[in-house]
Amino acid sequence: MIRPFGWNEFLIIVMAAQWTIALSAIAFAGGGVGGLLIALARVCDIRPLRLASLAFIRVFQGTPLLMQLFLVFFGMNILGLAINPWIAAAIALTLHASAFLGEIWRGCIDAVPPGQREASTALGLRYYNRMRYIILPQAARIAVAPTVGFLVQLIKGTSLAAIIGFTELTRQGQIINNATFSPFMVFGTVAAIYFVLCWPLSLLAQRMENKFSRATQR
Amino acid sequence: MTEVTANASADVRGASDLAVCMEGVNKWYAEFHALKDINLSVNRGERIVICGPSGSGKSTLIRCINQLEVIQKGRIVVDGHDLTAGGKNVDIIRQETGMVFQSFNLFPHMTVLENCTLAPMKVRGKSKAEAETTARQYLERVRIPEQAAKYPAQLSGGQQQRVAIARALCMNPKIMLFDEPTSALDPEMVKEVLDTMIDLANEGMTMLCVTHEMGFARQVADRVIFMDRGEIVEIGTPDEFFGNPKHERTRNFLGQIS
Ligand SMILES: Nc1ncnc2c1ncn2[C@@H]1O[C@H](COP(=O)(O)OP(=O)(O)O)[C@@H](O)[C@H]1O
Ligand SMILES: [Mg+2]
Repeated sequence: MIRPFGWNEFLIIVMAAQWTIALSAIAFAGGGVGGLLIALARVCDIRPLRLASLAFIRVFQGTPLLMQLFLVFFGMNILGLAINPWIAAAIALTLHASAFLGEIWRGCIDAVPPGQREASTALGLRYYNRMRYIILPQAARIAVAPTVGFLVQLIKGTSLAAIIGFTELTRQGQIINNATFSPFMVFGTVAAIYFVLCWPLSLLAQRMENKFSRATQR
Repeated sequence: MTEVTANASADVRGASDLAVCMEGVNKWYAEFHALKDINLSVNRGERIVICGPSGSGKSTLIRCINQLEVIQKGRIVVDGHDLTAGGKNVDIIRQETGMVFQSFNLFPHMTVLENCTLAPMKVRGKSKAEAETTARQYLERVRIPEQAAKYPAQLSGGQQQRVAIARALCMNPKIMLFDEPTSALDPEMVKEVLDTMIDLANEGMTMLCVTHEMGFARQVADRVIFMDRGEIVEIGTPDEFFGNPKHERTRNFLGQIS
């Protein structure tokens, strides 16, 4: 039964964008926490922690996101947990975002001049206060643009969750296409929605980048 | 065994009359021997100037005193606290010593006032009002009270370095360490920073200054140290040191810089 691609189908696809946004938000929030921990582990004085966090980053940067999704999805099954695309996608994307944000933020922490750590240490500030008041606020300014840039990648990356059966924007498009068989209309709509989500963020990242490079030129 | 322990603590008691006591201090950066058997006692209230060619270990020496660098051999006792015993002592010593760097190292994302109040609030547990009052007093003393609300980037080099001095003083340190505080400054700003340091010396602060400002050394130093290749080559009063340097290397060095 092939039905035409109409207003209704269009709305169904638009509504599915909420799951893309929700999944992106969860992965970004989880990745924010995980990424901070990974970044701190990468710059800490404890060698095993440094190596473990480096290994984590290398594994997630060196394998396709799709494989990460598969491994978490089927791994949960092997561990005897019920197969749940939602949870699997959230976990996989959170781990993925933790690795990438961890590496981005490590670079930003390293970009803070060593004199800042020395001066705060010499004042008697200990690790927590040094990080909280001196190092991280300065790293954060550098981090805004690349972080927003990664968020764009993450939003687009959630489309892979369609393959493990999570019904977000892309998967909803596939479902509608199976019913209407108007692939050009359907996937054109899907792509347009991704664009509407990502483009403003790209612009924002660009503006931040310019602002920061101007600020450092002074 | 007991005897050894008793001796060790007697030593610490002897050292506690001193501001800084370094005994047989050796420091390596990987294979590179940066400090070789350094022995140095600094009395309370004493002003020491350290000079020597670039790479001779002057920065390393004073950075060991607040453990920005860790030594591999020897002992350092600061204000009666044995740094090499580690633990809490390191924190105590860092609170008791102020440090001023060649490159100022002010916190660029904080105002001058915030630069000066952060450590007293977070380390000494002072209230904001109390910390600000103290900070304004010290900014007054380094003669820039009107810059309190500005950011470091809005100040000249000389002003920034005076803020750095005020920031260190706000912790009420017993010992001040200076690592070439005027070397990064334009010539016309050197004097204002040196004047601030002279004021401090006149108030009786214990100071260790790495500097090549020999006029400053003559005027305020109790003793001048010449370092070369990780060793203390010569140490003496300014009169001895400048008037009658004993070592060839010292004479060569003084010949080059004057
Ligand atoms: N972090 C470091 N790693 C390796 N070598 C260092 C380090 N810091 C200093 N050095 C070396 O130790 C020597 C003494 O350095 P430093 O104490 O900075 O000299 P100075 O302050 O007298 O110019 C130099 O040869 C320098 O290259
Ligand atoms: Mg130096």
